Amino acid sequence: MTYEVIMAGFGGQGLLFSGKVLAHAALIEGKELSWLPSYGPEMRGGTCNCSVIVSDDPVGSPIIARPNVLMVMNEPSLDKFESAVSAGGTVFVDSSLISRKVERTDIEAVYIPATQMAKEMNAVSLANMIILGAIVKKTGCVAPEVVEKSLRETISARKAALLDLNLKAVEMGIRFIEENGK
Amino acid sequence: MAEKVLMKGNEAIAEAAIRCGCRHYFGYPITPQTEIAAYMSKRMPKIGGTFLQAESEIAAINMVYGAASTGRRTMTSSSSPGISLKAEGLSYLAGADLPALIVNIQRGGPGLGGIQPSQSDYFFMTRGPGHGDFHIIVLAPATVQEMADMTRLAFELGEKYRMPAMLLADGTMGQMMEPVVLPEESVDPESIPATKPWATTGTGMKRAHNIVNSLYLKPDELEKTNIERFERYAQLEKEECRWEEYLMDDAEICVVSVGITARVSKNAIVAARKEGIKVGMIRPITLYPFPKAPLAKAAEKVKSFLTVELNMGQMNEDVKLAINCSKKVSMCNRVGGMIPSSDEVLEAIRKEAK
Amino acid sequence: MAVVFQKPKSLTDAVLHYCPGCTHGIVHRLVAEAIDELGIEGRTIGVAPVGCSVMAYDYFGCDMIEAAHGRAPAVATGVKRSMPDNVVFTYQGDGDLASIGLCETVSTACRGENITIIFINNAIYGMTGGQMAPTSLIGQVTQTSPYGRDAATQGMPIRVCELLSTLEAPVYLERVAVNSVPHVRQAKKAVLKAFKNQVEGKGFSLIEVLSTCPTNWGLTPEKACQFVEEKMIPFYPLGVFKDRA
Repeated sequence: MTYEVIMAGFGGQGLLFSGKVLAHAALIEGKELSWLPSYGPEMRGGTCNCSVIVSDDPVGSPIIARPNVLMVMNEPSLDKFESAVSAGGTVFVDSSLISRKVERTDIEAVYIPATQMAKEMNAVSLANMIILGAIVKKTGCVAPEVVEKSLRETISARKAALLDLNLKAVEMGIRFIEENGK
Repeated sequence: MAEKVLMKGNEAIAEAAIRCGCRHYFGYPITPQTEIAAYMSKRMPKIGGTFLQAESEIAAINMVYGAASTGRRTMTSSSSPGISLKAEGLSYLAGADLPALIVNIQRGGPGLGGIQPSQSDYFFMTRGPGHGDFHIIVLAPATVQEMADMTRLAFELGEKYRMPAMLLADGTMGQMMEPVVLPEESVDPESIPATKPWATTGTGMKRAHNIVNSLYLKPDELEKTNIERFERYAQLEKEECRWEEYLMDDAEICVVSVGITARVSKNAIVAARKEGIKVGMIRPITLYPFPKAPLAKAAEKVKSFLTVELNMGQMNEDVKLAINCSKKVSMCNRVGGMIPSSDEVLEAIRKEAK
Repeated sequence: MAVVFQKPKSLTDAVLHYCPGCTHGIVHRLVAEAIDELGIEGRTIGVAPVGCSVMAYDYFGCDMIEAAHGRAPAVATGVKRSMPDNVVFTYQGDGDLASIGLCETVSTACRGENITIIFINNAIYGMTGGQMAPTSLIGQVTQTSPYGRDAATQGMPIRVCELLSTLEAPVYLERVAVNSVPHVRQAKKAVLKAFKNQVEGKGFSLIEVLSTCPTNWGLTPEKACQFVEEKMIPFYPLGVFKDRA
């Protein structure tokens, strides 16, 4: 099985980091993987995305033409990538930030008010980790418990104090999927 | 087996260089290679090495020239516009027969161009990047693992043939992360200069002075140095060509591509094979020396070649030269930072199959 | 018979190619004497420029590197960072140091690299046949300022010691001349001190030497020395511009 994951939104939402946590989890599981960021001149704002491939087979191109997992944290990203998702794929939408619904009927949409949930735990910047938790629970691309280990090994020294909050955010995402029966 | 770690291509180059005994890095910030400088600035002070952010690309390459003169393993890195500035230094390094590692993580051009991936420095790098008659070794990695492995290879080949060596990759290769097994730390940096009797390390009043120089005012002497240098190049061409063949056994179409486009092409080839199209790939790993022999051999059986490139058709010419224009050489290309999708490459392959 | 005068040990036997009356020979000698007196020839590495002294690598007995035009301070930086216990000097002319290589000069001084720079200011490009230099004087006739240097179109000459003296890092900046015996004696002291500073790990030293170019100035060697005295020194005053040693 090959998971082709695109995580997209604004710069500063931590999309590259959540992608890295996923990629590192795949490494821990001994899977084949690649992680590819978009890069632009701006450090904050602007559009930003990263492509993560997790596979049992060697990865060919790290560039994803048709993702089967899409995570979007702003509307321009949903507009840009919705049509690219392969049939049967899953879109994870931060419904606190995106008001519109997914239009396609041949893909599954999961709406998570991730930014609102993150605000409630006083950590608005961790919406990305909530959605990551939802992705791993829903798709099984990596085992949810491996994400915890990945986070511990990936988080920078500067943000080490936020490890527990990050872990909690991932857990909230996992629980969201459990409770919403999807 | 050594542990796999997750690293960006740029970081893998930096760490591999350190493990290969490089203790002197000189650079200047430019996207999309800045991770190399950032990584070096963190690591070098902790291991007694030198990280120096130079005042310009020109100064950086000349610092490399100085450090290389003392026999050290030394390097600089940049991206296309910065490499233009380094052309002077590359010519002097070549003229003084100094080994050094130069990394070029290409972006679109000409001029300021863009910051997205490109392979448009192909001609510039493979033809002799600077004034005068010379070559540098040019290696084209296509995985993060190769970024690390070729860093070692570049140092070793550069020293063996006494010439500058370059890692030539596109911005994608520098920015992407993949699992990588880093080379073992097997080289004592202090032991390297002793293997270079020509190095200017101080005479110690024990030998005649060494001179690192590219000036020969007598034409017959300069001619001799050029001819000798090209004899070394001939040896290099004979012994050091490297390439990868993929599904070439029964191939009727031969894709030729490097770096990120080779990986996109692989996906397209898998898809084309499912449609019954007999297509394979020769991926040059050394761009100078260019692996002409396997291409010439392939020309004996394939119907046509297809280069997939991020430029307006540069390697395409080398393929034509390698096969003496004996078969059609088509092209699938995007430029300016655009990368062809595997669908675009597949479509180009289908066209060849018709 | 007693030897009363001989060539410094750290000069080779190569015959200098400089024109008669040119003061490069004197400055080479002063550098070599400093190296001899400090006993550092075996661990000294020199960097030659592009310009008349391009072949200085043949004349100094220590290890030598030939740099690209203007890049000697960057090359010297690379050498010094690789071999911090060695003594590294550059020998550069005015076009090399103050024009094409000004960025490298200022940046190297600004970093306070522990090296020694010997800067020959003869107000002209000698090797290429007498073109205007960044240090050519106002009114000075050269091949590329045939009507005399005009400040309005060709700018004012650059005073390197004064320029560098605004930087924090340099340890020692002095301008000397070699057009008379007393000046040569002072120049010798300055060059020696510039090397000594490095040996003692003090930092960046630059000695600017007002030098002559009789050939391209169109003067006899004697008149050239007078030109230094009467025209150059008034614009380029001799003295110490910085001494933190």
